[in-house]
Amino acid sequence: MNTQEQISRLPFTDAILIKKAKKKWTIPVIMALSLLLITVFVLSLNLGRYGIPLHQIVSVFADKIFGLPISYPKTLDAVLFNIRIPRILTAILVGWALAASGAAYQGLFKNPMVSPDILGASAGSGFGAAIAILLSFSTVEIQASAFLFGLLAVFLSYSLSRTIGKNSDMVLILVLTGMVVETLFSSLTSVTKYVADPDSKLPEITFWLMGSLSKILGMTDVIKLLIPVVIGTVPLLLFRWQLNVLSFGEEEAKALGIDTRKVRLIVILSSTLLTASAISVSGMVGWIGLVVPHIARMIVGPDYRKLMPVSMLIGGIFLLMTDDVARTALAIEIPLGILTALIGAPFFLILLLKGKKGWI
Amino acid sequence: MRLEVKDAACGYGLKTVIQGISFDISSGDILCLLGPNGVGKTTFFKTLLGFLKLKSGEIRLNDRDIKTFSQKERARSIGYVPQAHTPPFPFTVLQVVLMGRTAHLGSFASPSRKDVNLADETLEMLGISFLRDRIYTEISGGERQMVLIARALTQQPEVLVMDEPTSNLDFGNQIRVLNRIRQLAASGLGVVMTSHFPDHAFLCASKVALMQRSNVFKYGTVDEVVTEENLRSAYGVDVRITSTNDGENGILKACIPVMTA
Repeated sequence: MNTQEQISRLPFTDAILIKKAKKKWTIPVIMALSLLLITVFVLSLNLGRYGIPLHQIVSVFADKIFGLPISYPKTLDAVLFNIRIPRILTAILVGWALAASGAAYQGLFKNPMVSPDILGASAGSGFGAAIAILLSFSTVEIQASAFLFGLLAVFLSYSLSRTIGKNSDMVLILVLTGMVVETLFSSLTSVTKYVADPDSKLPEITFWLMGSLSKILGMTDVIKLLIPVVIGTVPLLLFRWQLNVLSFGEEEAKALGIDTRKVRLIVILSSTLLTASAISVSGMVGWIGLVVPHIARMIVGPDYRKLMPVSMLIGGIFLLMTDDVARTALAIEIPLGILTALIGAPFFLILLLKGKKGWI
Repeated sequence: MRLEVKDAACGYGLKTVIQGISFDISSGDILCLLGPNGVGKTTFFKTLLGFLKLKSGEIRLNDRDIKTFSQKERARSIGYVPQAHTPPFPFTVLQVVLMGRTAHLGSFASPSRKDVNLADETLEMLGISFLRDRIYTEISGGERQMVLIARALTQQPEVLVMDEPTSNLDFGNQIRVLNRIRQLAASGLGVVMTSHFPDHAFLCASKVALMQRSNVFKYGTVDEVVTEENLRSAYGVDVRITSTNDGENGILKACIPVMTA
């Protein structure tokens, strides 16, 4: 018997069990999600205490685009362009950024259980931003401070896990060291609150910490967020094949020809920039970075070529819808961070319970 | 292809784990690295693959110092088959095999149709096309080992470095994988592999390097190195080497350990 026959007779599982791989519906998925995002965007325009009927929204845009004389009340213009659209765009960007950084961290640390929250990036960024608010820094300075402390936190979690872990269960140890770092920065944030002026700074920091987009006023706020989000997004999209390979571990990625030091550094910087810029605008909004990549993985599988853009889109849609609930469900606004946790935690539990092997 | 290792010393940080490694292989050679646990086989592999810096000595590939290779160039010349493991994400077999193309892609590029065809050809060549769309984390250990070999082959390397390619495989799969390795070498690849079974050296190796504690390094043909005396000194167990003339298959050799009690 020749070897060809022998090899093909390897006692492998029945061919009947062969699973159909994810079909080539990536492009339709991305298009469907983009359409959904646009739909939710338009519907969100209409939601709010100052209700704007859809036909009026259409005529406002028609007037703007075709330069027609203004046929609608001035308040409507102000609500739409100074409050509602900026807030909607911010919600999309924050969700986009947190989901993208979560997906990237998961591949980079070959660990499906990490997210900006678990690595301490959120807590670090939160502390950086809280200090900057305390010191009455400008928006850009708040972002920079959040970025630096977020980076410090990720670096701490990761290097601690490397030191402690050596060759043992890195997945678990990184989660544990992340918890330690998260706790450390959360308590530092509490210290910031403790010393803050109880009449002005304390409420500001407290509300910001609970997570809210209600402070977004005007398009300049959106642009200040858009710039770092674009800077963080581009490398993650460029390196998405490399992220696939990196999720097999540092040594295999090297053996496959990846300059792991360079790619790792760029991916960490980009994801932490995304987390920090989102957090410094929205406050502590958790769970997105953990839950959304898992949802995306359920739809398109683990291949980052598809996973990254799909995570970004789902993140945007998810947070926009959550923010819609936050600002319309009750007479007062519900803090966004509380809502994402209320939705995210049970949702993640369901994922774990129904989870497919290899996803957890 | 010619891979030369001259008096190499390898280790982590300041610690030298193993030194005095010298061998050379060309296309068609299979070098089997034998030696007890913890003697430094893995450390040497890591050095050969560029994960660790060479402490002293020299490694040359096609008369070029391997230090001068970029990670990408090295990956185009040396394919690595690690021990089968479970990655955290449920990639399909095709996606895993495609990762072998990474060294041939631009920094920001993803595999193209051509790369997919090449991956398919490799799967076909190894007789595992039926695994193509299966989930890598859900197939058996033997299947995973074959997929990792397929991935290394799509790198189109000149040398294949295999870390215990037969570990965790049942008897039949071990022999099939060794047979496959022989075919690959016959097709022009150089192979460096480790094994815990001296018998595997008889089955497929053209050269053997036996690493022992306190830096005793023996290198030569199978018959020169895999002897009762050498195995006793390397592993500390009593071994007989027997041979039979099978006629059709020529002389077959095997190691039989002698139990002490």
